[in-house]
Amino acid sequence: MRKKKVAGVFMSMMLAAGVMAGCSSSTSGTAENSGGKGGTIKVGANLELSGGVASYGQSIKEGVELAIDEINKKGIDGKKLQLVTVDNKSDASESTNGALKLITQDKVSAIIGAATTTDTLAEAQIAHDNKVPFITPSGTGSVVTVKDGKLNDYAFRTCFIDPFQGTVAAKFATNTLKVKKAAVLIDSSSDYSKGLAASFKDYLKKNGGQVVSEEAYVAKDTDFHSQLTRIKATNPEFIYIPGYYQEVGLIVKQARELGLNVPMLGGDGWDSPTLVQLAGKDALNNTFITNNYSSGDTDPKVQAFVKAFKAKYNGKSPDAFNALGYDSVYFLADAIKRAGSGDPQKIEKALAATDGLDLVTGKMKLDKNHDPIKSAVILEYNKGEQVFKTKVNPE
Amino acid sequence: MEQLIQQIVNGISLGSIYALIALGYTMVYGIVKLINFAHGDVFMVGAFIGFYSISYFHLGIFPALIISMAACAVFGMLIERIAYKPLRNATRIAALITAIGVSLFIEYGTIYLRGAQPQAYPNVVPLHDLKIFGVVISGQSIMILAVSIILMVLLQFIVHRTKIGKAMRAVSHDMDAAKLMGINVNNTISATFAIGSALAGAAGVIFGMYYTTIDPLMGIIPGLKAFVAAVLGGIGIIPGAMVGGLLLGVIESFVSAAGFSLWRDGVAFVVLILILLLRPAGLFGKNVKEKV
Repeated sequence: MRKKKVAGVFMSMMLAAGVMAGCSSSTSGTAENSGGKGGTIKVGANLELSGGVASYGQSIKEGVELAIDEINKKGIDGKKLQLVTVDNKSDASESTNGALKLITQDKVSAIIGAATTTDTLAEAQIAHDNKVPFITPSGTGSVVTVKDGKLNDYAFRTCFIDPFQGTVAAKFATNTLKVKKAAVLIDSSSDYSKGLAASFKDYLKKNGGQVVSEEAYVAKDTDFHSQLTRIKATNPEFIYIPGYYQEVGLIVKQARELGLNVPMLGGDGWDSPTLVQLAGKDALNNTFITNNYSSGDTDPKVQAFVKAFKAKYNGKSPDAFNALGYDSVYFLADAIKRAGSGDPQKIEKALAATDGLDLVTGKMKLDKNHDPIKSAVILEYNKGEQVFKTKVNPE
Repeated sequence: MEQLIQQIVNGISLGSIYALIALGYTMVYGIVKLINFAHGDVFMVGAFIGFYSISYFHLGIFPALIISMAACAVFGMLIERIAYKPLRNATRIAALITAIGVSLFIEYGTIYLRGAQPQAYPNVVPLHDLKIFGVVISGQSIMILAVSIILMVLLQFIVHRTKIGKAMRAVSHDMDAAKLMGINVNNTISATFAIGSALAGAAGVIFGMYYTTIDPLMGIIPGLKAFVAAVLGGIGIIPGAMVGGLLLGVIESFVSAAGFSLWRDGVAFVVLILILLLRPAGLFGKNVKEKV
């Protein structure tokens, strides 16, 4: 009996301690949030630092860190940006968890990330419910900002959207390469891949082209010989592969092994140094991608960025994800400046009003769906190096 | 016609990798009646050992293959001694659950040590492609097939012509009787794990060479498919594993060829279910005397 009583007292003490601990942490949390007075504004980064598309997340992080260093030299009206990073492991459910941690635990004013459409969609609802804006540097799916015809007020992006990228690829194929018979190979587990393919086929058919073969695979597949053999049998003039580098690298390699030597086109999902390692330099010749940016662009703003980036990262040449990560921070910083505070809702209003902001990846204006209107570049792989081919402006 | 032959070639390349992994499953099952689910992860470890010996020690493909096989043999024996031996007389379900635990331990241990990001495999041997009647057979598929055949012949030789092979066959037949005849059962079981794991290691290296990408979770699907292949041929029967592996590779290739590439993995498991319903002992099921 006595023993039980002691245990009861002990347990109630534990409970009280738990409640008190809860109190103290929540009060300190709100203090930080209303802060910004303290001189810092917290910015979250929810990125793919490991897993299948780790290369995107790592590149964006480098760009984000460079931009934050530059901005913190002067500060935004005397305030500095503080970066809190979480790794979503290229996994949608981890991305949801990561966003939840950034919003509820770290009380960030805005989130940068995730890199892919699927991982970004996974955080969209949480950001919306908690009224915290997020900017995806490279989530190109149109569903990120507008889902079922309804705009998510807190969703923003720095890159152009899938329909535009698919259209540019089809335009380039018909006008510059003068080829009309296309085979399409889609990653059926990815919203990004399906989005690009849909607009590509749409434009191609309207302009006298023809899709002779359509095959599919799912992410993490390693053997594409069967699909490619089927594609080969239909004699296409070129192949459109809107996928991510991990599978695309293998597809390109296996296609060349099977003697499919036609041009191949892809989107920004190809943009990774790993692609060259997977496919091999020779196999990648005669392939083209649509992208946001090229380090070979002669624009002075681009060249200034390339110089600053090389200085910070031991002479490494920045890729499009570096540029988009960098631009996302400037996009956000511009909005924070106009909002005049670190309040997430004021930042949201300011982001939506962005018009004519000059960034490395082009002059940016947001349309009513929070989608940027800006230019795209076409790059060609030559001996494993990306060569700037041409720039395509929106209509 | 060209397309058909090409698809068969594709299927055989894929199938010989399944076959090499399936051999390990089948040998271990034959001798201790355990489905060693960690086998697919030994395959992954083999791929990584091959990768490190090629890119950090600048070895050629064959030294890398041998190092990987040797390291996997030791690794397989360690797994057996640490995780399975204490459970040899426990219920079979306990051993099975332990095998799943070992599998997860190896997968996430590797992620802890080197991260989850995939790794591009170095291209060591620039092989020439063979072109016959419009069918392209890549040099690598020929190499895969050659290595697989050599290893399978070697395995048949070990099992049927050597003393240890005789011991393995005896232990698989009747463990207690073998013990009474003076056969060292522990060493024989270790040898079985060593040989099976070495084959998985070899499969890991050639998988890396052929598909150029490896990651810590790469063993799961090929491991499961190889298990299907082993059951297809009749688990516990060595020639069954070889035929089962090749057959499964060709079936998968044909499913894709018919335009159902997204159903490929599903079909592998439909095959498993059909085999279990129609011929629970597998294709070579009657041939019980040959088991090891």
